[in-house]
Amino acid sequence: MTDPGQPGSAGRPGGEVSRPVTEPSSAPADHRYDVVVVGGGVIGLACAWDLAGRGMTVAVVDPEPGRGASWAAAGMLAPVSEVHHGEEPLLALALASARRWPAFAAELEAAVGRSIGYRTTGTLVVAADDGDRAWARELFEFQRDLGLGVQWLTGRRARQLEPAVAPGVRAGIWAPGDHQVDNRLLVGALLDAATAAGAVVHRARAEALECSAGVVSGIGLAGGTTLLAGAVVLAAGTWSAQLAGLPAGVVPAVRPVKGQILRLLPCDRAPTLTRTVRGIVRGASVYVVPREDRTVVVGATMEERGFDTAVTAGAVYELLRDAHRVVPGITEMTLGEASAGLRPGSPDNAPIVGRAAGEGVEGLVVATGHYRQGILLAPLTSAAVGAIVSGQEPPDELAPFGPGRFASVSGRAGA
Amino acid sequence: MHTAGGDFSIAGRALGSRLVLGTGGVSSPDVLDAIVEASGCTLATVAVRRVDPASRGGILDVLRAHGVAVLPNTAGCFTAAEAVLTAKLAREAFDTDWVKLEVIGDEDTLLPDAVELLDAAEQLCDQGFVVLPYTNDDPVLARRLEQTGCVAVMPLGAPIGSGLGIRNPHNIALIAERSSVPVILDAGIGTASDAALAMELGCAGVMVATAITRSRQPARMAGAFRHAVEAGYEARQAGRIPRRYLAQASSPVEGTPDL
Repeated sequence: MTDPGQPGSAGRPGGEVSRPVTEPSSAPADHRYDVVVVGGGVIGLACAWDLAGRGMTVAVVDPEPGRGASWAAAGMLAPVSEVHHGEEPLLALALASARRWPAFAAELEAAVGRSIGYRTTGTLVVAADDGDRAWARELFEFQRDLGLGVQWLTGRRARQLEPAVAPGVRAGIWAPGDHQVDNRLLVGALLDAATAAGAVVHRARAEALECSAGVVSGIGLAGGTTLLAGAVVLAAGTWSAQLAGLPAGVVPAVRPVKGQILRLLPCDRAPTLTRTVRGIVRGASVYVVPREDRTVVVGATMEERGFDTAVTAGAVYELLRDAHRVVPGITEMTLGEASAGLRPGSPDNAPIVGRAAGEGVEGLVVATGHYRQGILLAPLTSAAVGAIVSGQEPPDELAPFGPGRFASVSGRAGA
Repeated sequence: MHTAGGDFSIAGRALGSRLVLGTGGVSSPDVLDAIVEASGCTLATVAVRRVDPASRGGILDVLRAHGVAVLPNTAGCFTAAEAVLTAKLAREAFDTDWVKLEVIGDEDTLLPDAVELLDAAEQLCDQGFVVLPYTNDDPVLARRLEQTGCVAVMPLGAPIGSGLGIRNPHNIALIAERSSVPVILDAGIGTASDAALAMELGCAGVMVATAITRSRQPARMAGAFRHAVEAGYEARQAGRIPRRYLAQASSPVEGTPDL
């Protein structure tokens, strides 16, 4: 399954290491690059890997690459179970990126010579009570009418598929096309692959976009260094709109949507899950994602609390309460970690990918606002950014998601 | 000129709409924007514990852009002490004395805890808050809340998020009839006709959240509620006909011209 449009297929230096440079000290003396990528999350790193593979000199700026929302995430690649009414164009985008995942994963694993925990074991959605069953049924009919390969299951049939699921579940939806990846292995691999392909990582905070005569000229770092660049990719997640030097209205408001998430460590007393289980519990959603190493990820809250990343007792309680309702055995496991990340949410919750709209920012490419689907959308986004920076046309699926679509919104918010 | 819905005010503040919006389940700022536009609402509740008043790009920006007043609520509180503390935080953070007081009795039903509610209402009214309590459909409790100094009462139609409609219309009518402060039906609304019924029963307004935010087309449903609230109010003012057991022809039978 080779697609000529795959990211970096144009001559990426596979396993061979051309310039294994990771520290600014080894960077070009004058800090001059073809492209500077602001943000080293899954989107920024995937973009850097793609761009470096195209033979460009690339810098990534991030004080802690791979440690933001991409690190907190669960790594679900779930266009089907994440579908919402009124978001059909986003579904088309998500499905297009999901189709790229097998080749993207294979190429990345080949580049770094290790697994990224990509699993195609499918997702089982279960309904906890009768009200949830009605809700699941509506979701199922919506998915079915969209032609998504889903199957309706009775509660007993759902438990045959996944015996660790609670006996009381009323019904299930089997979504075999919803997969997962270990997001932490993924960002580590992307960081290594990007640097192996020649990208330079500057572990610093990007302070300001610098422009000259209406064209971007570089990025100023905290501490005073300036990285000169012919193009800048803005992939700073929920901090994207805060970069100084951005002309007003160029990047729409990206709001932080906090997600708290738990990691449970393997335990012999707990039954093994083989698939991702998503519970609908009293109208709320919880997911239980089993990794290859039997670690289980339980998430996640949705909170609009600004840039707060505190882990709260209430969130841990509610996540475990709801997860226990659908997979009772998990409470035997060790609570290994509770963390929080900030999803970047655009005004319509869809990503913002494309050339920056507006005056004076030629050379600026935006890749942010990926909200709940950054991991899923990384292959398509990075291919699009690579194409745009190279002067080519990005994939059609991204056409509705350019930064220009919010012109009226930003105008009103500023009024 | 006659305006559908008539003049409506709470505690001396004129509100252009009798539909109060709950923002809890809104999926995105753009969806909220469309809901507010379609609903015509001028007052919306926001959970103090769930929303940071300083954050940008979220629901508060949308409400501000539309000139919608923010009514902080104490959602998630189980004791009077928590609710009073949350109301004080809201006064600081949102710069308003208004609070929609919610004190929940248990997680399964999310029904109000009458004892804690009255206790919290008493403390908050005493401290100068403008209190709108979310209460049971109990006419006596509603009156006690009014006597405590609450500026409105917000009885439930059915449990929060249940969409079961108005389970005890008689009690809602009793509350509306005997109350000297506005009665705003809160919780349990499933669809537009439930809101119309609330108004026909004599409520001054209706609060809707889940029925709009979780519908397939939230903005369209918001428009439906706008019309339903206006229609129910107009029907109440116009005066419904008495119910009768047998038919009464709408055209006279005798004296009909023989054509």
